[in-house]
Amino acid sequence: MTVSLDNSKAVYQGIKDAGIRYISALPETWLVYLLQLAERDPEMTLVEVAREEEAIGVAAGAYFAGTPNLLLMQNHGFLAAINGIVSLAMLYRLPLCMLIAHRGHFGEPYPWHTQGGIVTEGVLRALNIPFDYARDPLKVGKQIREAHTLSLSSLSPVALLLTRDLMED
Amino acid sequence: MKRAKCIEAMYAELQDKLVVTIMGACAQELYDLGHRPNFFYLEHAMGLASSIGLGLAMNVPDEKVIVLDGDGSVLMNLGTLATLARYRPKNLIHIIFDNGSLLSTGGFPSHTAGEITDIAAIARGAGCPHVADVSTMYEFLDAVGDAFERDDFSVIVAGVEAVGPDHYGMDFKLPENAFEFERYVRSVKRET
Repeated sequence: MTVSLDNSKAVYQGIKDAGIRYISALPETWLVYLLQLAERDPEMTLVEVAREEEAIGVAAGAYFAGTPNLLLMQNHGFLAAINGIVSLAMLYRLPLCMLIAHRGHFGEPYPWHTQGGIVTEGVLRALNIPFDYARDPLKVGKQIREAHTLSLSSLSPVALLLTRDLMED
Repeated sequence: MKRAKCIEAMYAELQDKLVVTIMGACAQELYDLGHRPNFFYLEHAMGLASSIGLGLAMNVPDEKVIVLDGDGSVLMNLGTLATLARYRPKNLIHIIFDNGSLLSTGGFPSHTAGEITDIAAIARGAGCPHVADVSTMYEFLDAVGDAFERDDFSVIVAGVEAVGPDHYGMDFKLPENAFEFERYVRSVKRET
């Protein structure tokens, strides 16, 4: 299994086409090419945090300033960020567009990813966060645009789960 | 030195700055001096005030951003000091009031009580370029003056007494604070 460069490019193009110019992220294997593309893009600012909950604050600051932005993280990072999501974004009615690598689900060979993968969808539902699965490189751009649009109009967190079908060759 | 006196002494300077405070006593003490649309009070999500400050400072580079933080909040997000050092926003001043206490949640001693943990040393070790460690009003105002003059990221760790206000309450809802702050930030960004 290798991370798909072509599909990472499709995701990145979707991010650009959605007007995003600021990304807060914590690196993870499926996101490697995406983060490299962001680093090399003079039109994009990339902030790499030490722990994903920080990115919720960083995204709030960028939003206050009116900069279209999103977050890139693994699902375990999403789990680590929940208090920020609830007690900053939801409490203050701030939009949050999260692209989440959905590790630990069907096809996952690594045991350490599995518990987080199994609970991710249930946690999103419990938090009432609208989410969708991105599986098709031809559709992911539209999904990113729509996730970003919904986060801004609803003033709430929205998640797009990047699946194995999309992120691995 | 009391935190309320520190905030009062610098209040005039905060009139036109983007200010993010942590929850509880710190937020109330600023609010009691007079609310302004450029003040955002983070009444929960402990540890994220400085992260909000980073996102603001990077995206409104022509405005000074002041974060009023505390030892309890910083201890909940120590990684922020390393992230701030890495991106080093020149327009950010991170003031950490260290009262050695989780004052707003019962007054239990924090890890900085009894000088066990040294937040200024942690900030320096994280790579923050200008860290002042102060415990008197004279030193505090000197450090604040330097930070406002300096075109670089500054951290001020201010040792203060573990005392807070005798009342809590603000006459707006939390989302209202966010909406007003957002409108203010975007208006000053448009002007520059």
